[in-house]
Amino acid sequence: MDNILLLFDAPVLSVQLLLDGLLIGAIFALAAYGMALVWGVMNLINIAQGEFVMLGGYTAFFLYTAGIHPLFGIPVAAVIMFFVGWALYRTIIFRIVDKDLFISILATFGLSILLQQLANQIFDADVRTAESGFGSYFLFDGLVTVSQIKLIAFACALIVGAALMLFLKRSRMGQAIRATAQNARAARIMGIDTDRVYAWTFGLNAAICGAAGALVAMTWIVHPYLGLPYTVRAFMIVIVAGLGNVFGVFGAGVGLGVAENFAGFILGAEYQAAFVFGLLVVILVWRRFRLARERRYLR
Amino acid sequence: MNRNGLRFGFYAVLVVVAIALPWMAPDFRTQLSFLWVMVVFALTWDLLGGQMGYNSFGNIVFFGIGMYACAVVQRDSGLSYYPGLFVGMGVGAAVAVAAAGILGSGMLGLRGHYFAIGTLGLGIAAGEIAGGWDYIGAGSGLVPPLFPGAIGGRETFFYFICLALAAMTFPTLRWLYAGRFGLVINAIRDDEDKAEAMGIATTRYKTAAWCISALFLGLIGAAAGNLIGFIDPRDVAFAGATYGVWMVLMAILGGKGTLWGPVIGAVIFHVTQELFWTYLLGWQRVALGILIVFIVVFFPLGILGWARERWPERFGHRVEETVAQPKAGQ
Amino acid sequence: MTNILEVRGARKTFGGVIANNDISLSVPEGKIVGLIGPNGSGKTTLFNSIVGYHPIDAGSILFQGEEMSRLRVPHIARRGLLRTFQQTRVYGKMTCVQNMLASVPQSKSGWRHMFARASAADSRRADELLKFVGLFAKRNLRAGDLSFGQQKLLEFAMALMYKPTMLLLDEPTAGINPTLINGLMNRVQRVNREFGITLLVIEHNMRVIMNLAEYIYCLAHGELLAEGKPEAIQSDQRVIDAYLGAH
Repeated sequence: MDNILLLFDAPVLSVQLLLDGLLIGAIFALAAYGMALVWGVMNLINIAQGEFVMLGGYTAFFLYTAGIHPLFGIPVAAVIMFFVGWALYRTIIFRIVDKDLFISILATFGLSILLQQLANQIFDADVRTAESGFGSYFLFDGLVTVSQIKLIAFACALIVGAALMLFLKRSRMGQAIRATAQNARAARIMGIDTDRVYAWTFGLNAAICGAAGALVAMTWIVHPYLGLPYTVRAFMIVIVAGLGNVFGVFGAGVGLGVAENFAGFILGAEYQAAFVFGLLVVILVWRRFRLARERRYLR
Repeated sequence: MNRNGLRFGFYAVLVVVAIALPWMAPDFRTQLSFLWVMVVFALTWDLLGGQMGYNSFGNIVFFGIGMYACAVVQRDSGLSYYPGLFVGMGVGAAVAVAAAGILGSGMLGLRGHYFAIGTLGLGIAAGEIAGGWDYIGAGSGLVPPLFPGAIGGRETFFYFICLALAAMTFPTLRWLYAGRFGLVINAIRDDEDKAEAMGIATTRYKTAAWCISALFLGLIGAAAGNLIGFIDPRDVAFAGATYGVWMVLMAILGGKGTLWGPVIGAVIFHVTQELFWTYLLGWQRVALGILIVFIVVFFPLGILGWARERWPERFGHRVEETVAQPKAGQ
Repeated sequence: MTNILEVRGARKTFGGVIANNDISLSVPEGKIVGLIGPNGSGKTTLFNSIVGYHPIDAGSILFQGEEMSRLRVPHIARRGLLRTFQQTRVYGKMTCVQNMLASVPQSKSGWRHMFARASAADSRRADELLKFVGLFAKRNLRAGDLSFGQQKLLEFAMALMYKPTMLLLDEPTAGINPTLINGLMNRVQRVNREFGITLLVIEHNMRVIMNLAEYIYCLAHGELLAEGKPEAIQSDQRVIDAYLGAH
């Protein structure tokens, strides 16, 4: 906890933490965007969200080991994960779409465990990174380091997010998705194949997570167990920002990144995971007491 | 034989077998003890999830609290083994119940999926925090004191402790479900707004239910810690992503919202899990993940739930024009 | 004749929509009062405000002389003010008998009573009330398996089980087979006469409410349009306009 004093003694440290948090936060926001999409369209909370990120990360990693620059991992991971998501929908997810939310949580939790353990068996538990070979910028007389790959990852996250937004706004499938989100029955009556819409939505979500995962592999590390914290981060961002609010998702994601970074510094790295999960509880309980004053509750 | 005689006979056989098991299968005493731990997991989860509709992924918190509190008492109280153990179990249960009361005021105000995911966060956060807290051993965990007595005595002793706790939990819940408490928590599950509109003090009942779960979980956590012999914060005590989730599956597999469902589910799940561990080395967790998805997607009603849909009359759901004639002597 | 329920200047907005604007009404003890108005006029919002489902923005709600507007739903219900729901809410997975026993009023708020067994007297009353609404034969079926009309009757019986002082009925005849409406209305009247329960009833069925109520309030566009005895309301031009011109 004495680290707090350090922050005041050397304000430059705060700049470092802020910058790093901002840059990683965009990636959190990507995963959250996908979760909001699936939640809003299919009324399904995907606990395996983090595992999609993890798998995307491994894709980028294997490209790197094959000699291909991991930046290409972003589109490759996105495409591969799209098909993975599509396949998962067609085999498992379609059966739980119209069941209650708890069943979807449990089923996707099972899926999360399954994917996590598969990765552990096949890839083993070692921590990996996809080296991108970029250098760093040095600010403030070298006291603040901004690795170029993190800047690139930030930009890529924005691009991917914007691409998805454009797709949803302009393309026919995107319009079909938005229509189904608003009123699935009406969409069906109007001739939209909602089953196909759901498959696309789930696939797109997986793709977005895959891209995010590739970015994570480059800026940080990948290992089989990185999934659940990402799922919880995405969930937190969505409940703070709301389902329809893209800019809110971005803001909340970036805010979470910064908060996590500062918490990791102040509390110590071993408590960083505790912070993520603890923050979830704090956010939910705070909301609950605030809503209770208006005699409402989170639905 | 009439119905009551049949039921008595069934229970008698069950009790005899349960008591004889350590001598029938001495190599599996630890696994059998764990069977009773699973039964308590499933029953206490079902109280909250199946009967009251509050699907908790964080019940493991009370298990871990009981485990740690007992170990701390055993370490610091200066008492000899058996008094230390029993005082520790009592303290473990008390701290767990207190935690349920405190956490409940915040968490039980959440509904549905927010409660589920919130308690999930709670369960895992507890493990992470315990992993950093030096007083309870941080990442290295705690080791409970050595069991005095002959080699092999420990397994048998704790088998009977776990069996006794399971044997306490079941009739307690049965008694609860048969009275007003059972009616109210079912009402909360079916329509909480309606229950409030009918004047029911839902907060009080919800908290009581969680505290009762915490009581039994705290007790058996204390026992389990001594049974395993080593308390690891993330994998043993606050095993949120494993046991914390499996207890939900057990209750669902057997049929949530029933008395025997969680018991049946716990037995089947535990046996299956042990078989996976023995024969699918390395891939056992993958198989378990597949099993979870399978159960949830294809069999959400569970065994007893499916039976109730199939034969509702046998569960008492039938049209009865007249009141059943009172039996002679009543 | 004291007013058991007095609403003064109740106001409730949702976002930009004014659902209730300065509504005042009073219900004398032991009487049946009707609340009518076209769809969207704010009747259910007013009900929800009275029973504490949401707080009101302004005004006061007095039940038996006590201010209710700052109390929560269970506390208001425990003072003897109950309501039924438009979409009929019962405990779906429990049997009819269990629904009834769950509706026994909590006479004392001690901890011991949480674990009490259902008394024989309560069981008998549950059976009698189920007979009263004609559901005795179905008492061991799950409430969720009943038809909509039967669930409505069960909900009514559950409210009676509670021995309320006042009951707010939200469209009691909606969705009911016309041939059964008379039977339901008879029961409502008997409940008022024999048990002395005061009633405030939202209704769309004009024939029903004109025969049932002794005084009627008409809402339109969130405001109190007219009030008076049934004959007066029936011939009030403003009421007729509100219903016919409500598009």
